[in-house]
Amino acid sequence: MKKQVTLFTEYTKGVWDQNPVFKQVLGMCPALAVTVSAMNGIAMALATTFVLTFSSLIISLIRKVIPTQVRIASFILIIATFVTIVDLVMRAQFPALSKELGPYIPLIVVNCLILGRQEAFSSKNTPGRAVLDSLGMGTGFLIALGSLGGIREILGSRTFLGLQVMPNAFDPWLVMILPAGAFLSLGLMMGFLNHMNLRRKDREERELVARHLQEPKMSLEHGEEVKSWS
Amino acid sequence: MKIILSMLATLSVIGIVSGGGLAMVSSWADPLIAANKKAATEQAIFQVQTAAKDYKKMESVEYELYKVFDESGNAVGYALPWEGNGFQGKIRIMIGLSADAATITAIEILEQVETPGLGTKIAEDPFRGQFEGLPADPQVDWVKGAPPTRENEVQTITGATISSKAIVAIVNDGISQLRSDLASGEDMAQGGAQ
Repeated sequence: MKKQVTLFTEYTKGVWDQNPVFKQVLGMCPALAVTVSAMNGIAMALATTFVLTFSSLIISLIRKVIPTQVRIASFILIIATFVTIVDLVMRAQFPALSKELGPYIPLIVVNCLILGRQEAFSSKNTPGRAVLDSLGMGTGFLIALGSLGGIREILGSRTFLGLQVMPNAFDPWLVMILPAGAFLSLGLMMGFLNHMNLRRKDREERELVARHLQEPKMSLEHGEEVKSWS
Repeated sequence: MKIILSMLATLSVIGIVSGGGLAMVSSWADPLIAANKKAATEQAIFQVQTAAKDYKKMESVEYELYKVFDESGNAVGYALPWEGNGFQGKIRIMIGLSADAATITAIEILEQVETPGLGTKIAEDPFRGQFEGLPADPQVDWVKGAPPTRENEVQTITGATISSKAIVAIVNDGISQLRSDLASGEDMAQGGAQ
C-alpha cells in the first residue's frame, strides 16, 4: 500500500496530532524527571531530537539490509551510539548542563519514543520521510518538555529560563519542582488539551450539520451578495 | 544457515562502525572532560581557601587531598573533598582547613541530590556560612531549633535536619581521617610543602 501523506504532514503530525508526550504518551521518564526548569526540558528535547533524527536516517538507509530477526538489536546499537556521542559532547562542552541532566542522557537509549519511531516508521519509509517524521516528533517533544519545564519553573522557583518573572511576594510552590509537580502539571495540561480538542470537534460537527440544514437559504444569500456587488 | 550468517554480519558491521565512530568522538572529548573536571575542582579549592593562590595534590594519601599555598608560597592549609550519605543520595563537599587542621576555613557543596527547596538549602549561605572560621576541635557539633551556644556548633536547617546532620557528619569524618594521617606521618606534611 502506498502512503498518500504529503511531506508537510509527515512533519506536522508529530508536532500536534501525534504529539509524543500529549497524544502518544511516550518518553514519560524524561518528560517527568528533567522538567524542573525550562532550560533542562529544552536541552533534553534537543538531545533526544538529535539522537532520533540521526538514528532514523541511518536505520532508514539500511532498512533493507537488516534481517528482521535482529532489527531491534541493530536499532538499539545505532541509537546507543548516538546517545553516547551526545553524552560525550555535552560533558565536554556543556559541563553544567550535563551535570544537571545527569543519568537521564544515557537513558535516552531506552526512550520508547525513539525505538518506537524506528520500529513504526523509519524501518518502513524512505530516508527523507524518516528525517521529516523525526524532526516533527522532536519538535513536538520540544514543545511539550519546554512548556512543562516552563510552567514548573515559573510556579516552583519564580523564574523562567533563569530570569525572575514572578514577584518576591509570590511564594514558590515547592511541590512543582518535586516529582509530584510533574505529574500534576502534565495531567492538567493533557486534560486541558483533550478538552479543547473535544470542543473543537464538537463545534466542527455542529457547523457541518448546520450547513447541511441551511444549504438552500445560504446559497440564496450568497447569490444576493454577488448581485449587490455588481 | 544463510540467515544466521547475515544476522551475524549485520550486527558485527554495525558494532564495528559504531565502535570506531565512538572512539573518534571519545579521543576528542576526553581531554576536554578532564579539563572541565580539573577546573571545577580548582574553583572549589579557591572558594574554600580564599587566601589561596596555588595548590598541590598530595600523593601520599589514598584519597584526594590538596595542600594550598598563599602568594608567597607559604602553606595556608588543606582543601579536602569528602563524601557521605545525605537524605536521598551521596553528598560531596569540599572542606577547607587551616594548616593545623583545627579550624574550618569554609565548605563548598560539590554534589548533592537533596530535596529541592529544603535539603538544597545546605548549599546556601545561612547554613553553609556557619562553617566559615568554625573551630573543629575536637569536632563539629550541631544544635536543633536554637542558635548555637558553643564555638564549634552549627544550627541545623528547619525541615532539613537530616541533610544538615549529614554535612556535619561528613565534615567530622573527613577531618578525623585527615588528622590521623597527619599525626601518623609527619614527613607527609613535609613532603607536600616542597
